[in-house]
Amino acid sequence: MFFYLIRRVLYAIPIALAVGFVCFMLVQIAPGDPINAIAPPDAPADVVESVRRDYGLDKPLAIQFGIWLMKVVQGDLGRSLATGRPVWSDLSSAISNTLTLAAFASLIGFVIGAILGGLAGTFRGSIIDRLAVTTAVAGVSIPHYWLGMVLVVIFSVQYNMLPAMGAGPGGSADWVWDWEHFQHLILPAVTLSVIPMGIVTRTVRGIVAEIMNQEFITALKGKGLTGWGVFGHVVKNAAPNVLAVMGLQLGYLMGGSILVETVFSWPGTGLLLNSAIFQRDLPVLQGTILVLAMFFVILNLLVDLMQTALDPRIKRG
Amino acid sequence: MLRRFLLAACAVAMPLAAQAQGTLRIGMTAADIPLTHGQPDQGFEGNRFTGIPLYDGLTAWDLSAADRASVVIAGLAERWESDPADRTRWVFHLRRGVTFHDGSAFNADAVVWNVRKVLDREAPHFDPRQVGLTASRMPTLRRAERIDDHTVALFTSEPDSLLPINLTNLFMASPTHWERLRTQHPNAEATWNAFAANPSGTGPFRLTRFVPRERAEMTRNDNYWGTRARLDRVVLLPIPDANARTAALLSNQVDWIEAPSPDAVPQIRSRGFNITQNLQPHVWPWQPCFTETSPLRDVRVRRAINLAIDREQIRTLLGGLMVPAVGTVAPGHPWWGNPSFRIRTDLPEARRLLAEAGYNAQRPLTLRVQISASGSGQMQPLPMNELLQQQLRAVGVNVEFDTIEWNALFTNWRNGCAHASARGAHAINVSFAAMDPFFAMVRFWDSKMAAPTSNNWGMFNDPRFDAMVAEARNAFEPAARDAALARLHAAGVDEALFIWIAHDVAPRAMSRRIQGYVQPQSWFVDLRLPSIQ
Repeated sequence: MFFYLIRRVLYAIPIALAVGFVCFMLVQIAPGDPINAIAPPDAPADVVESVRRDYGLDKPLAIQFGIWLMKVVQGDLGRSLATGRPVWSDLSSAISNTLTLAAFASLIGFVIGAILGGLAGTFRGSIIDRLAVTTAVAGVSIPHYWLGMVLVVIFSVQYNMLPAMGAGPGGSADWVWDWEHFQHLILPAVTLSVIPMGIVTRTVRGIVAEIMNQEFITALKGKGLTGWGVFGHVVKNAAPNVLAVMGLQLGYLMGGSILVETVFSWPGTGLLLNSAIFQRDLPVLQGTILVLAMFFVILNLLVDLMQTALDPRIKRG
Repeated sequence: MLRRFLLAACAVAMPLAAQAQGTLRIGMTAADIPLTHGQPDQGFEGNRFTGIPLYDGLTAWDLSAADRASVVIAGLAERWESDPADRTRWVFHLRRGVTFHDGSAFNADAVVWNVRKVLDREAPHFDPRQVGLTASRMPTLRRAERIDDHTVALFTSEPDSLLPINLTNLFMASPTHWERLRTQHPNAEATWNAFAANPSGTGPFRLTRFVPRERAEMTRNDNYWGTRARLDRVVLLPIPDANARTAALLSNQVDWIEAPSPDAVPQIRSRGFNITQNLQPHVWPWQPCFTETSPLRDVRVRRAINLAIDREQIRTLLGGLMVPAVGTVAPGHPWWGNPSFRIRTDLPEARRLLAEAGYNAQRPLTLRVQISASGSGQMQPLPMNELLQQQLRAVGVNVEFDTIEWNALFTNWRNGCAHASARGAHAINVSFAAMDPFFAMVRFWDSKMAAPTSNNWGMFNDPRFDAMVAEARNAFEPAARDAALARLHAAGVDEALFIWIAHDVAPRAMSRRIQGYVQPQSWFVDLRLPSIQ
């Protein structure tokens, strides 16, 4: 197990390199010029060229990538072209905000998804099953940014019940877990939760239905086990696969949703990426994608380890 | 029981009372707080919200009235003159008794220090980031020299009467405060970052809280040298999405939003909010290409296109939120002049001109225009351009669009229409600010400004215009300068050097609790004027 862990950690290095390289090249291939983040469009050519030199953007791409990589290895993600602030300072606060949102959205999505999926799988073919499947299909089909706008119109604009934007009355810097702040989290989290809720519902339904058809369930029932007793066995058998799906979904949510965070002006990684893309702010873009990719790798590793712990039949290493 | 009730009532009323003391919350279109170190980014929205409120320049814009063009007035310099013996030398006489937010004195040394921050690479506080944001807006300024404590000489690369206008873009940051921060930070870049988080200017507001990407809070500077602000506090919130801004206003999370979507205006009005607008020195044009192969090289074609456009239809499309453009500046502006070509909708004349230029049903004119799908200042580029396409079809002109992402279009704009990035376009649709003569006319019509030097994308080259630009730059009396600029503008309209479509009106939606607000004919506003009930 230990060697497996080491190997997985080592795998992360080429993944990080590949992500960094692909991201760097994609931004270079895309039309536009990162200089636009620093110099206004009406800047004369000599000013543009002098700024380009000052920022090292006149160097060959390979050298630019190499310089960036050397800094990253030393733990320095560089500075934003647009603001001059260290990328890590903006990124760390954005990650923290996105994690808060992702955690709450996951809580909503996973709990409701597991309950709906469990009920649908247990009572397959019933009206409960149909309702749960309908909800799940709606969850994965409705564009979440559209849902977000509808929720804002209803709960913020019409009824003034919940705030429409932002991460707290004074911004995320002074976030505390009280109602005044928590209410800012509700609409974006609900919006973000519908897709994982739908996916988890469908996954749990399929797995539970399959387990319920297995002979050992009949055997358990034959032995006189009913209700919670059978349920416990179903949960135990379903958990590894469900956990894998939840892990992937959590990874997606932690990546931040550009659209949902933009609709709600939630200052997370999605909003950070959005503005970095439009401004061609290469250091922010590369740093953010690299860190998020690493999150994904680590999360997958954790899910694998948890699966192993839950199901001794799965051997790693 | 009664006492408890009164206490509870007071507790409930307290936050309302605090708000009523004058905190104005503004939803900006920017995705981040514009830079606060003295040379804001985010275009003129940056100057509007973190430039002018926190800092002053040697000269300033008059933002006090809505019914006349905004002109340059005294700022931290009380008066200035060009040296008749050496027209590249200007003398600025500074306002006395002005202090920065940190308490240090504003004087000639501070001016020299602020010029060096963007023009002197050897200066310890030189900041390349501010160069890009500033140098392009004062292209001829070269250096500054202290004459005495309250007088400073500024030198330009060539005689340039436009310098006082350009200097509205150079904001004065506190050297003392910067030097103090420098002792705590390893290099100039880090010091400027620290300065941005804790800036010191001379403006009517001081920055008291800064949460990157989320909010900036400014409180009134009670030691301001001029008329003090009526508001206690201004909170700036970046809300780039137009729907999110509207929702924030309608749910009372902000009191004022920039650029509401035209679609949302009726709803905003119906909910009791005010929509304010005024003519803005902004132009939404098609900029022609003048190279040999471009049909727009022919003045008859350029005039015909200008006459074939029904600008009122476009105004209707935008819910009334534009002013039809019949020149770079509007009639009545000091630089309007007296053009003989009157831009209007006249389809028979447009058809006649096109026929004279050799275009007819057998030989239709096809124009290729580079446009963007969105972008700062671009208003509603897709529906506006599609309407233009329909209108021009009525006079037999086919328009093809090459739609490009906004950032890429900017890059192409610098390259010029002869460059491969133009992909054979005959015109480009990039809106621009026209507050300053350099930005309004010189950079487009002076042959020295041909791409990639500046924004003469169309490679326009006419010695008559070069001479008129030189004449304007050498007219050092304001009235003579304005007259020269008016001649330049009138000649530009007569030659139809743009296809002029619209001026933006800078729509803002705001709560009725805001009193005293003035929307000048400018990109900027004076945040000292409004109060909130």
